Amino acid sequence: MSPLGPNDDTQPWKGRYAPYDLVKELCIAVGAIGLLAVLLTILFSSPDDKPSTIAQWARQKPADFVTAAVKELDGTSPIAEYGPPYNHNGTGQEAWILKPQKWLGVSHPIDTEQDFVVGPLAMIPNDPGLTAALAQYKAAPEKQKKEWAEAYAKPLEETATAEEEKKTPPNTVSESNGTVLVKTSGDAGPVPVMMSSLLADAQSGGVDGSLLTSKQFFQTDYTKPLLFMAEGGLLSERAEQHHLLGDQWGMMNETGSYPGQAWLWLYALWYQVEPIKSSPNADILVMLVMGVLSLAFICIPFIPGINILPRKIPIYKLIWREHYRSEQSF
Amino acid sequence: MSVLASAVFNLNHPAHTVDWEFVHLSVANVVVIGLMLIVFVLALVLPFPGKARRAAARRGERAS
Amino acid sequence: MSAAPPPATPASKSWTVRTRERAVDALPPEKLLPDGQPTYVASWIYVFGVASIASLIVIVVSGSILALKGPAWWHYTGVGHFFNSIHMWGVELFFFVMVVHLWGKYWMAAWRGGRTRVWITGAVTFLVAVPTALTGYVSQQNFDAQWIATQAKDGLNAVGVGAFFNVLNFGQMYSWHILLLPVAVVLLVAAHVLLVRKHGVVPPFELERRKAALTAAGAPGADGSPHAATAGERS
Repeated sequence: MSPLGPNDDTQPWKGRYAPYDLVKELCIAVGAIGLLAVLLTILFSSPDDKPSTIAQWARQKPADFVTAAVKELDGTSPIAEYGPPYNHNGTGQEAWILKPQKWLGVSHPIDTEQDFVVGPLAMIPNDPGLTAALAQYKAAPEKQKKEWAEAYAKPLEETATAEEEKKTPPNTVSESNGTVLVKTSGDAGPVPVMMSSLLADAQSGGVDGSLLTSKQFFQTDYTKPLLFMAEGGLLSERAEQHHLLGDQWGMMNETGSYPGQAWLWLYALWYQVEPIKSSPNADILVMLVMGVLSLAFICIPFIPGINILPRKIPIYKLIWREHYRSEQSF
Repeated sequence: MSVLASAVFNLNHPAHTVDWEFVHLSVANVVVIGLMLIVFVLALVLPFPGKARRAAARRGERAS
Repeated sequence: MSAAPPPATPASKSWTVRTRERAVDALPPEKLLPDGQPTYVASWIYVFGVASIASLIVIVVSGSILALKGPAWWHYTGVGHFFNSIHMWGVELFFFVMVVHLWGKYWMAAWRGGRTRVWITGAVTFLVAVPTALTGYVSQQNFDAQWIATQAKDGLNAVGVGAFFNVLNFGQMYSWHILLLPVAVVLLVAAHVLLVRKHGVVPPFELERRKAALTAAGAPGADGSPHAATAGERS
């Protein structure tokens, strides 16, 4: 036995064996579990809520769409400032000296201005107004681009904040027939034309397609369309209805009233307690805690106190009661 | 074929939750966890078949 | 008459012979598939291990049927949805019975008597089953998959795993889910079961009063049984 081995006095069994048919037991178990799975299927089936599309997002929440899109353009969106693995615009999460997000680097580069806005717009044909707006935008210095985008974004952000806080929004943003009109206080340059074109393209399904096939025809990587859509409010609105948000213990839950992932209870729990709950490094902290606990789980045989608890709390007397009774009669 | 997709009980509606302090669990998950505890206890207390077979095996030892 | 295989020479045993002899030494047929169990195996708690294996079989079979027709099939046919449901409930049952099995094994301190590797392989199986399920959830190609992927990415990115394991990449996640991780789970379960066959099911704790009685009677050590081995006993 290795030096790390637990110190126990368990001896090999030298007593009697009774007949026990393991193969029959397995067959019965497969039959029983199989029948149970079929019964649960007949009773409850399984959930299949249709996925959201960028087209739906743009049609159902056009103001929310252009708010997200202009932040991608001016580099102030969560993904634009995320850091690795998407870009170098942030350092990512860290815990003391541990900075694995930064260390592993940018493996899936995303330039939000180009990938989510300028790239899809450049694919729209036969629109001289858009072509001119894009040319004006690309020719401008970075500082000018930022000023234009911020002038367009400011009324949208003020309106979104007012709606979140359930206050009366200012009259600077209006929607009509799926289009969004933004009254800017400063010069927004070509940005309003670009945003209107992107919104129309999105509503037609064009952005879903261009974000998916931007690298090649055959594609199975949904990173860009999913990251873009997650910047808006449609996915999170649906998630809240289904109790899937973080503060709803969402990672344990399934859509509808189906059982979900009950085994994630301990992982979900840490996100609800301070100081992790309000930490900007919540994810790495929870992963570290769960990593340590998982290691401890594997090493239970070696952990003093934990490894003798089964002896101290005699549930084993229930399990082996027939054996102990037979020993008494001997 | 669509009859295979439909269910006796339709669970495709927003879940009810069990809420206590900061704990918010879906009823379905609470049922699953509760059933696990009940099944565990039943597994410990319910008699296991084959008692006579095991007693005979032990007697074979004592007879020798 | 057929010629008998030539005997292996002790001085230069082939790798094949060495592998075979090691395997047969560790697990002779009557140990690999015994037709008896110790008389203390007398509780329903013992069926949750085989129930876990049975659930895994249901998951693999239903998953294989889903794989036959591709990932979109179950969204637009009743038969496909039926097998998807069996797959989902199989997973719920798998975690249900596996955790009850784990509870039972903990309260039996089933790592005793040189069985620490049995505990370790079991614990690692549970921990590998969790990402196996996660890759399945993000491969569903429905709203649930969209939400889980866009949320899970943050946890994985925070620890650097997102740099090479992208939950938003359906192709990658589907490959991990239907091949790489199930192979890992099956290999771990196989190692776990073979170790149980090798070491046997863990014997009961000795009761303190019995230990004391044996010591007072002058019985050698704290053996499971003071009786001599009889014909038919297995070591």
